[in-house]
Amino acid sequence: MAIPSTMRWRYFKEGLFFALVRLSALVITVSLGGLLLYIFLNGFRTVNWAFLTLPPTDSMTKGGIMPAILGTFYLTLGAIAVALPLGIMSAIYLTEYAKQGPIVRIIRIGVNCLAGVPSIVFGLFGLGLFVVFLQFGSCILSGALTLGILILPTIIGASEEALKGVPQTFREASLALGVSKWQTIYRIVLPNALPGILTGSILGIGRAAGETAPIMFTAAAFYTAKLPSSILDEVMALPFHIYVLATAGTHIEETRPIQYGTVLVLVGLVLGVDLIAIFIRSFIRKRKRW
Amino acid sequence: MVTVEDTRVIYVKNVNFYYGGFRALTDITMDFEQNRVTALIGPSGCGKSTLLRLLNRMNDLIDGTRVEGEVIFEGNNIYDAKVDPVDIRRRIGMVFQKPNPFPKSIYNNITYGPRLAGLNNRIDLEALVERSLRQAVLWDEVKDILNQSAMMLSGGQQQRLCIARALAMKPDVLLMDEPTSALDPISTAKIEELIQDLKKLYTIIIVTHNMQQAARISDMTGFFYIGKLIEFNATEKIFTKPDHKQTEDYITGRFG
Ligand SMILES: Nc1ncnc2c1ncn2[C@@H]1O[C@H](COP(=O)(O)OP(=O)(O)O)[C@@H](O)[C@H]1O
Ligand SMILES: [Mg+2]
Repeated sequence: MAIPSTMRWRYFKEGLFFALVRLSALVITVSLGGLLLYIFLNGFRTVNWAFLTLPPTDSMTKGGIMPAILGTFYLTLGAIAVALPLGIMSAIYLTEYAKQGPIVRIIRIGVNCLAGVPSIVFGLFGLGLFVVFLQFGSCILSGALTLGILILPTIIGASEEALKGVPQTFREASLALGVSKWQTIYRIVLPNALPGILTGSILGIGRAAGETAPIMFTAAAFYTAKLPSSILDEVMALPFHIYVLATAGTHIEETRPIQYGTVLVLVGLVLGVDLIAIFIRSFIRKRKRW
Repeated sequence: MVTVEDTRVIYVKNVNFYYGGFRALTDITMDFEQNRVTALIGPSGCGKSTLLRLLNRMNDLIDGTRVEGEVIFEGNNIYDAKVDPVDIRRRIGMVFQKPNPFPKSIYNNITYGPRLAGLNNRIDLEALVERSLRQAVLWDEVKDILNQSAMMLSGGQQQRLCIARALAMKPDVLLMDEPTSALDPISTAKIEELIQDLKKLYTIIIVTHNMQQAARISDMTGFFYIGKLIEFNATEKIFTKPDHKQTEDYITGRFG
């Protein structure tokens, strides 16, 4: 029996569509894989224990990147410390308290716009507000605050999702026992949302650790031999270190291995953190019983 | 003549209820007497749950709702501006259609409400847990696993745990919204039996979809149709010789 030509045409279109879909998936996987492989192949010879634990020497053409790792660690930690409480509280307001209406819609649009603002704008904002106006100077505090605002939308988004994921029946059960709304949120909603909030927020860590522009004017030092002793000290940071070595030094070609090594460390850290988040999340999903 | 005033715990007086512009209850007047089981029946969407949730101000949680009329509980209108809904909900407990224990241990499910209400003594709490679970006829099944998650219990056990959790607040009234509709027949029978025991201590108002259930367990029955209370009478009368044709049609299964 002959297949009618309209049907054959339909099969052809369907086949073409699936081929395109597969192709896009392939392109993404290959480019990501290629990128990681490229970084690894160029960087792995440089990365060793000494590279991770020693400061740079000889005008940053030799030695390690320990101060930059430490600086990025402090900045990221500070950003999380700023953004997590603020983000969770905003999300609680938006999902639990605010009357769903035009005002909430405007706030949500605002949050989404904040997520789309180029990171250099955050850098200039941080420079203007924290470094100059509040006179914190270029330091961990200014950088952490700037990065905190940068990742705020991520944290708010993750927290809102997690809060919405807590079944309404839990809230009703608690309120029907004569427990106040705040206690219900604090004792029932938040504990059940927290794993989701934290894993979602870990993705913000990757962003905070990897950005250069926001810390360029607010926290990052070209080079400091001394490790920070307070949050008012300048620090080196991984992304800025890469930027400096690759663009501003007099030994750009010679320091390529160090650049790739630093990139490998940064990518490794960010991917590692993201993988942990994904792992925890799938673990929680499996364990969840509602 | 004996006055009815003495025995009625809740008195609903000319109540209209609105979800935004939609009127879900029209001019409801009825009273609920002490140590009685009152059943609310009627086709789905007729406003049974709405009325039940009106009695412990759970409808407050929905944006845009409005109440007209009065709900008198122990002499006070619970919709009075100076009444705190939190207090009302401590005195009027509620059990939901789907069992909804917290993802906590059995013990902590029961002590959650009382603790936040200020009970902190461990010995008192333990006694309360045992008392509540015994009242809900769950004690023998769970007394050795009090620290296990409530989520591990069967549906019927979870629902009895939810009853125990409500009883732990020592309420005066227990509201139940189709408490057995998600359960198997054996669990249903257990809970029906339990309700018979509980009415000695509490005033019970139960919404049910199941006509036989209403006939078996209730003293009074209210029949609702499209937001109106069509008939409110002794259960026996409703199921043998109702005053209204509509009630009879519903009970005999001619519509619903
Ligand atoms: N949250 C709500 N918002 C708007 N309308 C509602 C809401 N809850 C219930 N209703 C409406 O109110 C009416 C009564 O509902 P309900 O009390 O749940 O009925 P029943 O419990 O008898 O099935 C229905 O028409 C329903 O659609
Ligand atoms: Mg209902």
